[in-house]
Amino acid sequence: MKTFSYTIKDEIGIHARPAGLLAKAAKEFESTITLEKDGKTAAATKLMAIMGMGVKCGDTVNVTVEGADEEKAAADMEAFFQANL
Amino acid sequence: MIKYQGKGVYGAVAIGKISLFKKQDTAVKRIHTTDTDKEKQRFEQAKAMAIQQLDEIYEKALKEVGEANAAIFEIHQMMLEDEDYNDSINNIIESQNVNADYAVAVTADNFADMFSAMDDAYMKARAADVRDISNRLINILSGNTAVSHHSDEKLIVCASDLAPSETVSLDKEKVLAFVTAHGSSNSHTAILARNMNIPAVIGVGDDFLEAVRDGDEAVVDGFTGEVLLHPDDESVQTYRRKQAEDEEKKRLLLELKGKENITKDGRKINVYANIGSVDNIGAVLLNDAGGIGLFRSEFLYLENSDYPTEEQQFGAYKKVLESMAGKKVIIRTLDIGADKQVDYFKLKKEENPALGYRAIRICLTRPEIFKTQLRALYRASVFGNLGIMFPMITSVSELEQILAMCTEIKEELKSQNVEFSENVELGIMIETPAAAIISDKLAPMVDFFSVGTNDLTQYTLACDRQNPDIEEFVDTHHEAIMRLIEMSAVNAHKCGAWIGICGELAADTTLTETFLRMGIDELSVSPTFVLKVRDAVRKIDLS
Repeated sequence: MKTFSYTIKDEIGIHARPAGLLAKAAKEFESTITLEKDGKTAAATKLMAIMGMGVKCGDTVNVTVEGADEEKAAADMEAFFQANL
Repeated sequence: MIKYQGKGVYGAVAIGKISLFKKQDTAVKRIHTTDTDKEKQRFEQAKAMAIQQLDEIYEKALKEVGEANAAIFEIHQMMLEDEDYNDSINNIIESQNVNADYAVAVTADNFADMFSAMDDAYMKARAADVRDISNRLINILSGNTAVSHHSDEKLIVCASDLAPSETVSLDKEKVLAFVTAHGSSNSHTAILARNMNIPAVIGVGDDFLEAVRDGDEAVVDGFTGEVLLHPDDESVQTYRRKQAEDEEKKRLLLELKGKENITKDGRKINVYANIGSVDNIGAVLLNDAGGIGLFRSEFLYLENSDYPTEEQQFGAYKKVLESMAGKKVIIRTLDIGADKQVDYFKLKKEENPALGYRAIRICLTRPEIFKTQLRALYRASVFGNLGIMFPMITSVSELEQILAMCTEIKEELKSQNVEFSENVELGIMIETPAAAIISDKLAPMVDFFSVGTNDLTQYTLACDRQNPDIEEFVDTHHEAIMRLIEMSAVNAHKCGAWIGICGELAADTTLTETFLRMGIDELSVSPTFVLKVRDAVRKIDLS
């Protein structure tokens, strides 16, 4: 299992577009990718659930990656957050 | 005529006939079924069709509003494929033995409620996206075809609310404006209207929808959010003028934005804006001015009930300099007296105030007021590209005293280790005939001249600006004035100083060529005239 934390820098938080891109990116991996903030969790592949978490600018999200390709998945996900959020 | 107030989301004016946008009836019946597999299959087919429709809408949006704004329809496709959304629909079909239409409607309500309940305005507005995709599915499932809009003339489209896909699906060539009874300015509909450059007003309320009928005349003002139903002739005339001015301005802006103000033979002219308060900076930037040629500092004194402190002034100057981000900002020191009176200055009533105790005369006899302003200006100078300009100069000795005071202030700041810029340009107003006539003596002492044509006209022609009875004698193009300006320009250039005009005459485009031929380097006008003057400069050939 791999984990990392990321603090959102995008002004309007995880809004529709990056949530959509995130879900799309997460589907590329075999591993299960889970987002967690203040006890609320959502699978990274679920667009509406991610939006429902209401992640705002300045919030810290904990990301857990578990599965066969977790090394690459965790690295790619972290890069995705840095580039888009 | 009835006036309704909403919120303008795209600033433009539309005048025309109303067309009510009729939503399809999406009321869904709950139908019991035993063949749940068939319903699940119907849902899958409807979903595939919806995604295909969204592909087409995405392509249309891409062309009309650009990639960033079209992206919402990609998101709609992803929402349609969202696991939780799909699971919910299939579960309802399965567990309640109901038709797909009903399962979609219930799921839509649940998800839309979830978004509506969020405390973030952006996320709240996403409820509309859930409803939009779900209504698309329901329309496909129930066999409704998309509503098409048939009309030969452009119409003002009115609706309770418009979904993003409805907004984009409308034929842009047929839409004059959007008016909705509900909706938020965060909604994609508002964003799309802005990007389609269509005047739009949202949130005018249900009263409006109840009052309007297809074909009613209306005026939509996207600037103020006003909607006039059955406007009278006078209002229509007023709004036609507003519309024409706005269209001309937008046309010029589009044509001139980012371009230099160069005459056909290659001379570069600075076109700056005149402002009287920090609140006007928005108008300066909106009209794409190259800088501020005259910032009247009087507002700081007029708005106050006592002398503004150094800190108050410093804050205001810093804000203007920072907002202009390195572009030239010329601040004129206090010009009070004559027609501008402030109680706490306790100025005596004068027989002839225009020729009396005003502007630099107050500053030189009450140096404590002047020094406070100079200190604030120099301290703010590190935040941008500052020029300081002194009004009502008539003699060399006045200017000597002013420059000595500037040196004194700089020494004082230095000894207190307070930062200031060494590149502050100093200049004077040429607004008395005396200053123009001795401009050869004044020019070597300064970096620039700025001609104040309003006072220069009043003093040269001996015509009181405030007296309407002598208007016929006020010839602003009088040869005497032109000669004084030309004389000042020649003398400025001899000494390496530059010269601008900041009075009302600077905006008179019938004189632009005359001024440029005299060698004027800068024209500073009210923000609304900036584009007009820039356009005039670019059409002149001095060769």
